[in-house]
Amino acid sequence: MSLVIEKKGKDKQMNHNADRMNDTNKENNKVVFHTQDLNLWYNSTQALKSINLPIYEKKVTAIIGPSGCGKSTYLKTLNRMVELVQGVKTSGTITYRYKNILDRSFKVEELRTNVGMVFQKPNPFPKSIYENIAYGPKIHGIKNKKILDQIVEKSLRGAYIWDEVKDRLKENAYGLSGGQQQRLCIARCLAIEPDVILMDEPTSALDPKSTLKVEELIQELKKDYSIVIVTHNMQQAARISDYTAFLLNGELVEFSDTNTLFSTPKDKRTEDYITGRFG
Amino acid sequence: MVAREQFELELEEVKNKVILLAQKAKKQLNDSVTALYQADIKAAEEVIDADKELDKIDLDINETSILLIARQQPVASDLRKLIVAIRTASDLERMADNAKNIARSTLHLGEKHDLTIHPALDEMREVAIRMIDLAIESYREADISLAKKLSELDDLIDGMYANVLKELLEETATNPQKIQLIMQMAFSGRYIERFGDHLTNIAENIMYLVKGQSLDLNE
Repeated sequence: MSLVIEKKGKDKQMNHNADRMNDTNKENNKVVFHTQDLNLWYNSTQALKSINLPIYEKKVTAIIGPSGCGKSTYLKTLNRMVELVQGVKTSGTITYRYKNILDRSFKVEELRTNVGMVFQKPNPFPKSIYENIAYGPKIHGIKNKKILDQIVEKSLRGAYIWDEVKDRLKENAYGLSGGQQQRLCIARCLAIEPDVILMDEPTSALDPKSTLKVEELIQELKKDYSIVIVTHNMQQAARISDYTAFLLNGELVEFSDTNTLFSTPKDKRTEDYITGRFG
Repeated sequence: MVAREQFELELEEVKNKVILLAQKAKKQLNDSVTALYQADIKAAEEVIDADKELDKIDLDINETSILLIARQQPVASDLRKLIVAIRTASDLERMADNAKNIARSTLHLGEKHDLTIHPALDEMREVAIRMIDLAIESYREADISLAKKLSELDDLIDGMYANVLKELLEETATNPQKIQLIMQMAFSGRYIERFGDHLTNIAENIMYLVKGQSLDLNE
C-alpha cells in the first residue's frame, strides 16, 4: 500500500515557501531534506509524531533513541522504503531539494537514485566484487566496459576498500570480511552517485576495528555527501556526527549540533538518555 | 529501577572525597593560623606532615575520575561532575599547600620571636573558613546562589589583605631590624588571601557543573 498524503494542497504550498526561507541555518548550512509536521502510522499505531527536522548538506546527522522510538522508521521515510510496510499512512511533508517526496506525483525511482542506503547487516549480492558495484550503473543503462571499470574503481576507492580488493575483483563478495563487506556495500551505494546516504546502524554487526574504519570513511564521505545515520551507539553519534536528533516514542525531543546535545542538552529526557539513565 | 546504579554510587563516592578534602583543607588552614599566633612549632610541623595525606586524596580523586571517564564514557552532566571533581580537588590541594606555607612561616619565625601577629590575619582566616563552608554546601547541593556569594567574600579578603600589607609595610619602616620577621607575617597574609582565589575558582567550577558554561568570577 502506498503512502497516503493527508496534507491539503494549500498547506503544502505554505510549507514549501517556509522551507525555501529556512533553507539555511545560522551557520549557512544548506538543507537537503526538510521534514515538517510529519506523522506516520502503522495501521492504528502512531510511530512518528509531528516531526520537524532539517537534514543539512554535506553534514552527518545522527538519529538516536531507544528501540522502538521511530528512528529507523524516520530513516526509511526519507527514501520512502517505509511504504513497503503494509498499512502505512503519513501526514505532513518531507521536501527533498524543495520537492515534497511524500507527494503522489513524486517519482520514487528519482528519489532512490539520489538517496542511497546502507543497512545494519552487510548485504552484498552473491556475485563478484566487481559485479556488486557495476550492478546499479548497469541497471541505469551504462553498458560501456571502460566506463563501468572506472565507476568500479572510483567507488571502491571512495569507500577506502580499493587497495584491499583490487587484485581480486572477480572473486565472490561473500569471501570478504564483515567490515570489508560493509564498505563494499557503501561503495555499491556510491556507484550510483547519490546525493544523500542513509545508514541504518551500519556498524552494529562489525568488530571494533572495522567499526572505526567505517567511521573514518563516514568522515571522508561527508566532504561529498550528506549522511543520515541511525545508531544505537551514542559514543559513535558523538564521535562522527555534526548534528544529532533524539527521538523518543515517535517524538523528536531535541535536535541540535552534536557538541551541544552531548554536553549541555536542553531537555531532561535527552540528558537522561545520553547519560544512560534509561533506554 | 535507576539504570547505572553502580556508576551513580561511584560518582557519589568521588563527590564525598572532594568534600572530605575540603574539610581537611579547612582544618589545615585553621591549625596553621593557630600555630602562627601561638608560635607553636610542633603544631606547625603537624600541619606540614598532614599535607601529605591531602595530596594523596587529591591524587585518588584524579585517578578515580580518570578511570570512570575511561570505563563509563560519561557525557553531559555526568562528565561535568567528574571534570569539576578533578578541578576542585586541584584547587583544594593548592589551598592546603598555602596552609603548609603558613606553617613554614611559623617555623621561620621560631618560638621566641617578640612579634605580635596582626589581628587581621585571624579575621581573614574566619572569612576564608566561612568561604570553605559555603563552598562545601554549594558543591554538595549544586547551589549556584551560594557560589555567587563566594566571589563577594573573596573581595572582602582581598580588601583585608591590602590593608594588612599596608600596615605591615609601615611597620617595616619603623622596625627595619625586624623586616625578615614582618615579611613572614605578610607572606602568611598572602597565603590566606590565596585561599579566597582558589575558593572563587571552586565557585566557578560549581557554576560550570550546574550550568554547563564557564564563567570568570575573578573579573
